[in-house]
Amino acid sequence: MSDTADAPPRASLLNDPKVRGLFYQVLLVAFLVAGGWFIVSNTAANLERQNISSGFDFLKNTAGFGISQTPIEYSETSSYGRAIVIGFLNTLLVAVFGIFFATIIGFVVGISRLSTNWVISKLAYWYVEIVRNVPLLLQILFWYLLLIESTPSPRKSVELGAGAVLNNRGFFLPKPIWGDVAVYSLAALIIGIIATFVIRSWARKRQELTGQQFPVGLTALGAIIGFPLLVFLITGLPVQFEYPVLKGFNYVGGQRLIPEFLALLFALSIYTAAFIAEIVRAGIQAVSHGQTEAAHALGLRNSPTLRLVVIPQAMRVMIPPMTSQYLNLTKNSSLAVAIAFPDLVANGQIVMNQSGRAIEIVGIWMVVYLSLSLGTSAFMNWYNKRMALVER
Amino acid sequence: MSKKFLPLVLGAAMGVAATSASAATLDDVKAKGFVQCGVSQGLPGFSNPDSQGNWTGLDVDVCRAMAAAIFDDVNAVKFTPLSAKERFTALQSGEIDVLSRNTTWTMTRDTSLGLNFAGVNYYDGQGFMVRKDLGVTSALELSGASVCTNTGTTTELNVADYFRANNMPYEIVAFEKADEVVAAYDAGRCDVYTTDASGLYAQRLKLTNPGDHMVLPEIISKEPLGPVVRQGDDQWFNLVKWTLNAMINAEELGVTSANVDDMKGSDNPSVKRLLGTEGAYGENIGLTNDWAARIIKHVGNYGESFDANVGPDTPLGIARGVNALWSKGGVLYAPPVR
Repeated sequence: MSDTADAPPRASLLNDPKVRGLFYQVLLVAFLVAGGWFIVSNTAANLERQNISSGFDFLKNTAGFGISQTPIEYSETSSYGRAIVIGFLNTLLVAVFGIFFATIIGFVVGISRLSTNWVISKLAYWYVEIVRNVPLLLQILFWYLLLIESTPSPRKSVELGAGAVLNNRGFFLPKPIWGDVAVYSLAALIIGIIATFVIRSWARKRQELTGQQFPVGLTALGAIIGFPLLVFLITGLPVQFEYPVLKGFNYVGGQRLIPEFLALLFALSIYTAAFIAEIVRAGIQAVSHGQTEAAHALGLRNSPTLRLVVIPQAMRVMIPPMTSQYLNLTKNSSLAVAIAFPDLVANGQIVMNQSGRAIEIVGIWMVVYLSLSLGTSAFMNWYNKRMALVER
Repeated sequence: MSKKFLPLVLGAAMGVAATSASAATLDDVKAKGFVQCGVSQGLPGFSNPDSQGNWTGLDVDVCRAMAAAIFDDVNAVKFTPLSAKERFTALQSGEIDVLSRNTTWTMTRDTSLGLNFAGVNYYDGQGFMVRKDLGVTSALELSGASVCTNTGTTTELNVADYFRANNMPYEIVAFEKADEVVAAYDAGRCDVYTTDASGLYAQRLKLTNPGDHMVLPEIISKEPLGPVVRQGDDQWFNLVKWTLNAMINAEELGVTSANVDDMKGSDNPSVKRLLGTEGAYGENIGLTNDWAARIIKHVGNYGESFDANVGPDTPLGIARGVNALWSKGGVLYAPPVR
């Protein structure tokens, strides 16, 4: 190949495939750069001509509007920037919880679909078919209206016991207020978690060397739950609860989950879970049945077979499509705007309407969603590499 | 290329718009035989089409009155339903002759859009609606309430200012569309629904049991609504302005659609001037002298129009309040025909 002496006599430059290829690539890049420059310079020129000021200084201006769910301190006198940060935190909150619940429901449904129990597998089948074939926006509206229509007004709230209250203004829970000595229980919890990891790796090594098993599960239970609980009891239950109480129009105090948040969380988890269920099913079915038979032949029962043989191999198939579902869930959370949940898009829209800075706000939206997605993606890629088959 | 081409196209488009705007609108209207009137996409009581496509409402009556004055025919008018976003562009570009679409008269709109407000046909303001069974009689009792409203409007800022100024905590639930606000309020998500008071009365009709809800007396902002025309055609501007004034003056002088023919024989000089039996006031705005008599005969005076569209006997049930004549405790005051 490198020997040019044997090469056929050189054709004209026009017909040289190498030169042609290079030419078209250079042309494409030039077009992209020119197109990008054209858009940016044109926008800047037009904004200047119409006397529309640009820049991000406006983020310091006073917002003047209220927000229903504020994870951090916020009032009407706060800045536009803070309103957008609140929107971002709300998006993050619903995305993290959504991914957590969607994964759990998805695994349960996915495994149920493969169950030999006819009723369970059919239920899982219908769940998947119904949920993933109805548009998400409709599901969000359905859950929202169901939630506010079926629950009573604050004065007729349903008391769920232990201070929990449900009404059409949300779900109220007693809020724990930790005493000073509760730090010891937290320390005990951290020690318990570290100890569990140490014990697990010790037990694995011992099993590899001697074949003897160690009840890691029970030990972990004791270390993570039992030990902190014991410390908690010894330090004299250093916790008090702030109960929600009816005051005027609404319940005040306690921890409140607004109906918009609950509806969005329900809809996103249930919708995404249907897709995850299919990914889980596909992943498990991708593992050759011979693996199960081999595990059974070695004397493993059903549960350890699934846990130790099938799932680890299925995970390799499942992780890449699962990543897309997590990314979808995060991006779908922007549909919150239909039910007044103050997420990044909803708050951004209010700021956009009031400050008139459309380009800046859209820029912020894109950068935030892009970094959220790239972050999730990076984590899942790392996890994928860890789980991938190590070929020798 | 685009740097030369775009201004050319824009210039051409604006040239067309400019010529249509500077030409006498009244001559254009007379030539085509009807008034092109911009209205809302359906706001009961103000501009709303029925099942046959007939438009009725307080804002519609302004356009019908103009058609009556010019053509002696209330049906010589065509309606263009417009969204809040489209309305000013439609007027600026000459697509419509007059905009009568519950539009608030503000300084920015009057001075920077190339438009003129021809008067006020409804004095509105932001109000609050609550369920009657809450037992609330004043907005000052709303401390701690959940408030439903639309996003991206001044409503949201007004309500924040109001609750903050009165030191009351509240929870805002802001939706993108009016229908979503109505649905959430109806389902009980909020204690209060806030928007312009006229909007509250109109949206109340969409609730499951409109009778269970009431609008509180407090008005927390000024929203004067009125017809709008393009700048640069004073004759047309005068015509719209005096059409509205004629309806208000007629109510003040007791001239109604029922007695207008008898009133032509009245001895009252004010009535005579209004109905054109004395003087030549109609000619000054390019119309016949019985212009006002035609308006009153076909459409009625302001009070009749108000009662028929939004008054206490209609489903909206709005009291005259500030929209009563100045002589009856309101702020409605038209300059005299003289």
